[in-house]
Amino acid sequence: MPTSADGGAGLAALYQERILEHYRRPRHKGALERATGVHTVKNPLCGDDITVSVRVVDGVVAEARYTGTGCSIMQATASMLMELVHGRTRADIDAFAGRFDAMLATGASDDTLGELGALAGVAGFPARHKYERLPWKAMSGAMEQSGGD
Amino acid sequence: MSVGSAGFGDLRPDFPLLAASPGLVYLDSAATSQKPRSVLDAICAYYETANANPHRGAYKLSGAATDAYHGARATIARFLGAADPDTLIFTRGTTESMNLLATAWGRSHVHRGDRIVVTRLEHHANFVPWQQLARAVGAEFRICELDEAGQLDIDQLRALVTANTKVVAFGHVSNALGTINDVRTIVKIAHAVGAVAFCDGAQGAPHLRVGFDALDVDAYAFSGHKMLGPMGIGGVIVRRKLLEAMPPYQYGGDMIEFVFDGDSTYNTLPHKFEAGTPNVEGAVGLAAAVKYLDAVGMDVVRTHEMELSRYALARLREIEGLVVQGPATAEQRSGVVSFTLGDIHPHDLSTMLDVDGVCVRAGHHCAQPLMRALKVTSTVRASFYVYNTTADIDALAASLRKAKDRFGAHVG
Repeated sequence: MPTSADGGAGLAALYQERILEHYRRPRHKGALERATGVHTVKNPLCGDDITVSVRVVDGVVAEARYTGTGCSIMQATASMLMELVHGRTRADIDAFAGRFDAMLATGASDDTLGELGALAGVAGFPARHKYERLPWKAMSGAMEQSGGD
Repeated sequence: MSVGSAGFGDLRPDFPLLAASPGLVYLDSAATSQKPRSVLDAICAYYETANANPHRGAYKLSGAATDAYHGARATIARFLGAADPDTLIFTRGTTESMNLLATAWGRSHVHRGDRIVVTRLEHHANFVPWQQLARAVGAEFRICELDEAGQLDIDQLRALVTANTKVVAFGHVSNALGTINDVRTIVKIAHAVGAVAFCDGAQGAPHLRVGFDALDVDAYAFSGHKMLGPMGIGGVIVRRKLLEAMPPYQYGGDMIEFVFDGDSTYNTLPHKFEAGTPNVEGAVGLAAAVKYLDAVGMDVVRTHEMELSRYALARLREIEGLVVQGPATAEQRSGVVSFTLGDIHPHDLSTMLDVDGVCVRAGHHCAQPLMRALKVTSTVRASFYVYNTTADIDALAASLRKAKDRFGAHVG
């Protein structure tokens, strides 16, 4: 059981202002017209769900949006992820996903992930990892549907 | 002592896990209870002095294991108010008990065109087995809704329980909301049309005096781990005439009488429904648990939990934006308070509470049909038991206020 001191520090890392800011004012939330790929992932444990829509043009993401309900961690991850993937290929996104998983495993922030680096604090809360991964799974499904490498 | 009720002291020292973690605020007993030292000691003593396979050996040690097992059955049956201990069938818990009823009784008694009635309050364990039975045999599956006060709509139940209804399956106490159902009234409604009434007592047996025989219910299922006992043991008490008319649930050792090449005959009760080597350590541990509850007194347990609920409802309702689900008063509910706080997601709340050592459940509480009706995806649930005090509730309220400050929750 964490003591209140280190637990408090962990909590500050988990709920950084940057994360709460994305949660309160999400970017790229809503439906996407002329999507080339749409994928929904549900978490039966909590009833949360997320749908990611992407429009891929010439192999790169022209636009990505999401809809869904979930905790602050999931919402912030989704909001940041939609920003990150803009102009990226499917291979780029797969590489980001691998680095994101590594960050969750080590707890060391990764600057190459843009604002998503702020989510390194979730490493200390393993019970929350599955929520952070939901947007990635939905993104991966939407990119797969869009085809290409 | 900060109990402020019922005249018994803080029982925390009796529970090794709680005694070893002074900062731990355990408010998830509806999921599983902590275990008193006497339960852990009884399990150890069984293995140290009486372990053998019951019913098998002619040697004395096997006899000791047999005695331990059936002695536990008698103790638990007495605790639950059943005069006939051989009608208490040990299972892994309420989930297996309800599956036993839906399979062994259901498949032999429910047919195409018959009706099965459950309630909106049910845990998945008392919902899905009946839903699937209905689908398998072509029966109607009907759900009794809640009234505006969040209680079971008894008038609707009367209308739903028609002449073709074969079973009414309902919970004694809602695990998600704490709502206490009026068992006798529901039983009367079922019996009026010749249907059986099966009660999921997972949240009833730990907190209320059951009195199986007096309730007139046809079956009552329970889980040991929610009532201070170990995991993996529970049971169901069933009217003898029903057990005798039901085929076995599982086949194997212990439950047979004679096995011929082409067919078999079955053992007497309770063995007919207990195939394979039983969970003796679980039964012995659960017997020690009900002895502990008996020593405290179930009326005292109820009074204590009602006072904790009353205190919790008052403290939590002081927090702006906090919405309590379920019945309005402590008298109408068990020691369960389910709530949401503004637009903060229950998983965010539970993580923040956890950092303060406050253990609560966040989610749909294995009651998705109920959550849909309440129009929430999930809630936070705090649940109380004998070892909780008003200090635990103060810690919960303080931690909730901190969480609200951190999130700047939109409330309205």
